[in-house]
Amino acid sequence: MPETTYREAVRDCLAAAMRQDPDVFLMGEDIAEMGGSMGVTHGLLEEFGKERVRNTPISEAAIAGAGVGAAIQGMRPVVEIMYQDFITLSMEQIVLQAAKHRYMSGGQVSVPLTVRTQGGAGWSPGAQHAEQLEAWLCHVPGLKVVYPSTPEDASGLLWSSIYDDNTVVFFEHRTLYPIKANVPEALSPIELGKARVHREGSDVTIVAIGRLVHVALQVAEQATEEGISVEVLDPRTLLPLDEDAIINSVMKTNRCVVTHEAVTRMGFGAEIAALVQEKAFDYLDAPIERVGSKFTPIPFAPVMEQYVIPHEEDVMAAVKRTVARI
Amino acid sequence: MSLPADVLIELYRVMFTIRRFEETVSGLFGEGRVPGFTHSYIGMEAVATAFCWPLRETDMMSSTHRGHGHAIAKGLDVSKLTAELYGRSTGVCGGKGGSMHFADFSRGFLGGNGIVAGGLPTAVGAALGRKLDGTDDVVVAFMGEGAVNHGVFHESLNLAAVWEVPLIAVVENNQYTQYSPYEALTAGGNISERARSYGLPEVKVDGQDIAAVYEVAQRAIQRARDGDGPSLIDVETYRFHGHHEGEEQILGVDVYRSLDEIAEQREQRDPVPLARQLAVDAGVTDGTLAAIESEVDSEVEHAVTFAEASPEPELSAALADVYADA
Ligand SMILES: Cc1ncc(C[n+]2csc(CCOP(=O)(O)OP(=O)(O)O)c2C)c(N)n1
Ligand SMILES: [Mg+2]
Repeated sequence: MPETTYREAVRDCLAAAMRQDPDVFLMGEDIAEMGGSMGVTHGLLEEFGKERVRNTPISEAAIAGAGVGAAIQGMRPVVEIMYQDFITLSMEQIVLQAAKHRYMSGGQVSVPLTVRTQGGAGWSPGAQHAEQLEAWLCHVPGLKVVYPSTPEDASGLLWSSIYDDNTVVFFEHRTLYPIKANVPEALSPIELGKARVHREGSDVTIVAIGRLVHVALQVAEQATEEGISVEVLDPRTLLPLDEDAIINSVMKTNRCVVTHEAVTRMGFGAEIAALVQEKAFDYLDAPIERVGSKFTPIPFAPVMEQYVIPHEEDVMAAVKRTVARI
Repeated sequence: MSLPADVLIELYRVMFTIRRFEETVSGLFGEGRVPGFTHSYIGMEAVATAFCWPLRETDMMSSTHRGHGHAIAKGLDVSKLTAELYGRSTGVCGGKGGSMHFADFSRGFLGGNGIVAGGLPTAVGAALGRKLDGTDDVVVAFMGEGAVNHGVFHESLNLAAVWEVPLIAVVENNQYTQYSPYEALTAGGNISERARSYGLPEVKVDGQDIAAVYEVAQRAIQRARDGDGPSLIDVETYRFHGHHEGEEQILGVDVYRSLDEIAEQREQRDPVPLARQLAVDAGVTDGTLAAIESEVDSEVEHAVTFAEASPEPELSAALADVYADA
């Protein structure tokens, strides 16, 4: 299996889908000649031509909406929204159109659109280029939401997103693009709605998404030195959610910490905490802890940015507080 | 129009300050001394200078992601601006804004913007407010030509025209929308023509010629002050640096525009030496201009020293200003 970056994994999957299926095509800002702001679609224009790798103006509503329209008449468009902050400008088309056409029409159509976007803090982009907005999308019936944390998951999940008959919002984290892993050469799809247990443990379950999966794995490693056995679970698909995997894990460890980079309040972790208390209350030995960003926009100055977003120490502290309860 | 020598001297001072500031920032960014990312105004100095020169302190201006030049032209303190780019506590926003998102309301500077076209509707509202307040103040809104394909461009200009607010919408057409030639993305190609559809005069001007932009700016600002309504102005300009600093390191050179093209623009249409020549032609001595240049050099040098000597922000500051005090 070749070593592949997260960026290449996304690109290779897009290429594989376009090779096999003429209905798959791409739209986004500067995605053709320049391969997009993050270089993800680099080289695809050369192979697939400009009809299928389409540069758009800066028109986020129209980009998403054109995806909806192409999807309802039978194509499988993949659109790129350069930063997830800008998805706020596509929200009407995603939330009110894409997510509802099937329902409102009494099931006449489906909207097999994939909206790829990326973002995240950690490099001082400032308040309008650093947010994590996955929870906004998870609140919308009719959408699916996917957030891979590794190259192999990016590859397998993007494939399933493209071939899902629903609109999938697919989050990538900017700081993960260069990370490497072995990705099977023949694309192996990963079913949406299936969590991944990265590491088994018996004392506490960390449910982590995105960049925080890697933080959680480091915490798990450190925790062993202190005799704490941590299980790390990445739901990977946030909507629909693999509830069984999470519940089963917590029933085993009896403790749960949830972590993501988005602000803690009303974040994805709140849903996990609610789920666990609902379905595994009697198994819990400690309150569920949530670790996310402080409730502020992301400040520019590196020291302040680092202060606002969650780190290893924060997750470790939550793990220790949880384990200390008997 | 020929401008008097004393005006040319002052316009040249502003333009040269922007040039020196941006060259300095470019160097600092290259050395990794300023964090995040930053977009250079080099090559476009005449535009901000001409449109801000006639403004009073109570007039307002909204900017873009490429806003350092606008800020300097509106009279922001260069030291505080530099400190902001460093993310220091002495920055004009205490380090929370950074290159793309700083503001100085004491100078009527409504702020840069990380969102293309994001400042425009706000500028319409500010202009409405100045009008409702019974003043004859005006609001200048800068935007790149990429903004004209965003939905809010149309919404804002229509509203401004219907309500006859004192807005001057300035499209800085530097020929490229990030990495794409603007013609490829802009139907009709001619931005100034769009003015007619809002019942506004059609105005296009050579943005490298300070005298020409100055004349157009004065006329539009007077029109707004007189209560005769908004203007949309298409300014033909060019950026000499990459879309963002460090672009060449990531993308290489000669990629989406040729080195020859840039060299030709620099040789023939560099607004700073062109303005200098106008001043000389008007009888300003080389000695006078050289003295201004050396004053500016020390101002910018001092700004860097000031920024580097400034303390990092207190972490607690990151939690302040999320809400106004009730
Ligand atoms: C709504 C939105 N979409 C995309 C971007 C990313 N982006 C930042 S600058 C830019 C290009 C802007 O081009 P233009 O308006 O011509 O201004 P210029 O950079 O040439 O000054 C893009 C696409 C953004 N900041 N906001
Ligand atoms: Mg441009």
